[in-house]
Amino acid sequence: MARPERFGRGSRLNANEIHARLRARFGDAIGDLAGARRDNFCATVAPASIADVCRFAKDDPELAFDCLSNLSGVDYPKRGVIEIVYNLYSYRHRHLFALKVGAPRDNPVVPTVSCVWAHADWQEREAFDLLGVTFTDHPDLRRILMPEDWPGHPLRKDFVEPEEYHGISTSRESLLKA
Amino acid sequence: MGLAGFEVEVQRHENGGLATEDMTLSMGPQHPSTHGVLRFVVRADGEVMKEAIPDIGYLHRSIEKIAEKVGWHGFMPYTDRVDYVAAMPCNQGWAMAGERLGNIEVPKRGEYCRVIATEFSRIHSHLLSVGSMAMDIGAYTPFTHAIREREYINDLLEELCGSRLTFHYMRIGGVGWDLPPGWRDKSLAFIKRFEPLVDEFNDLISYNKIYTERLANVAVITPEDAVDFNLVGPNLRGSGIKYDVRKDEPYSVYPELDFDVPVGRGEMGAVGDCFDRYIVRMREMKESCRIIRQCLAQIPSGPVIAKVARNFKPPAGDCYIRLESARGDMGWYVVSDGTSFPYRCKIRTGSFSAISIIQKLSRNLMIADLIAVIASLDLVAPEIDR
Repeated sequence: MARPERFGRGSRLNANEIHARLRARFGDAIGDLAGARRDNFCATVAPASIADVCRFAKDDPELAFDCLSNLSGVDYPKRGVIEIVYNLYSYRHRHLFALKVGAPRDNPVVPTVSCVWAHADWQEREAFDLLGVTFTDHPDLRRILMPEDWPGHPLRKDFVEPEEYHGISTSRESLLKA
Repeated sequence: MGLAGFEVEVQRHENGGLATEDMTLSMGPQHPSTHGVLRFVVRADGEVMKEAIPDIGYLHRSIEKIAEKVGWHGFMPYTDRVDYVAAMPCNQGWAMAGERLGNIEVPKRGEYCRVIATEFSRIHSHLLSVGSMAMDIGAYTPFTHAIREREYINDLLEELCGSRLTFHYMRIGGVGWDLPPGWRDKSLAFIKRFEPLVDEFNDLISYNKIYTERLANVAVITPEDAVDFNLVGPNLRGSGIKYDVRKDEPYSVYPELDFDVPVGRGEMGAVGDCFDRYIVRMREMKESCRIIRQCLAQIPSGPVIAKVARNFKPPAGDCYIRLESARGDMGWYVVSDGTSFPYRCKIRTGSFSAISIIQKLSRNLMIADLIAVIASLDLVAPEIDR
């Protein structure tokens, strides 16, 4: 039988406690607590320290974020950043928290967290593919969903769809036109 | 060494024995056992794999990008296509995201309708999973039994929402239609008929000696690995972790319902092998029947949908929705910027994480076992690629 006590007998921390614990360890690298509900409490993290913060969040027995539930990239051209959102979940304590990293849009480079959670490997490849974020020290940073020779990164807000791909048109005449 | 003159230079080890070379095989993208269009690059020494590298993206339809272009209500039919084997939970995920951001409360009857539809969808998806798993292993008959039952559910859901696969049943704020007249009795009759058939299916295949030998102790996933790779749903529970979003992070009306969460117990071999993942699905179908029966008994009267503006503009903000789809914890990270178009929608699906563990699992596995692993993880290609 698996050891179930490792996955759910701990005590759930609230967002303030999680944030305070991260602040106490990393100081100014952790931004203010934001969000209003359990599912969107978050804090910004300085890009350079994200890997260390994640390593601590996983290894610290009080936090024990043993699972990277989700990693998404969001493009904000007006602010000039691509935001990487890490939704962390702890199976041991059943708490949820999000970390956000703002990478400059013209050169988005963020340290990888694939050494912390195996799941991050593919999620980071997806963010690289669709948003063009480079994750330094990632073991296998290749496109994952789009073809290898696809131009640009489709989930960027200023992405313009190419007219054709290898001679295949990407648009067609409307059938409704007279 | 070359084909031209058929001259063959035999490679020899230092000890004089024949040397072997690794063989690289491409399995897929069109392969009958890959459950959709996906490809594996298999490096094998004879029948034993050194690794199988998944290559995905063949079914990428840029659904997340479409979300940014079609508006909040308009995206609902596209969510059906995220996972067309179990479309109801995808509907529900998107609806829940809109409701969370827009602060909308769904009427009680609407929530019950959702749970009934979702649980039917779960049975419907698990039937395909266990049926095709038996077929992949080499037993054709169980597949026909599973598909026969699936057809009845298709009929029921068609009567409910007019469609057999891509339902588009739910709306932000509730569901599209109330249960049609007489539908309740038909559903109860189906469940009454179906529950003994689960046992019959078990008699037919689940404990068949050949079948269990093919699955037991194959591709054992430890609970630590399962969490590290973010396996969810039956794959996670197969590794012995009793975790179900419906129970542990309750949403909708699940707190009012009584059901068990089956976990893998290592009946045929180690905990977390292919058999455990399979049998968890068999047991979940019965639990879903229990849930549907309770829902049909408890469902209150009233409206099924809340008033939501046609030009729905939720206030700016983000949310992370998790719900238990047929393939487990499905995550929706949705950002609104206060306009009538979603700013960003990221869908984290169960199959996406399940396929990423295959490279690790496949080491020193027989090629034939890869088929069992793919089936036991219940990979659904559209859900991986979105």
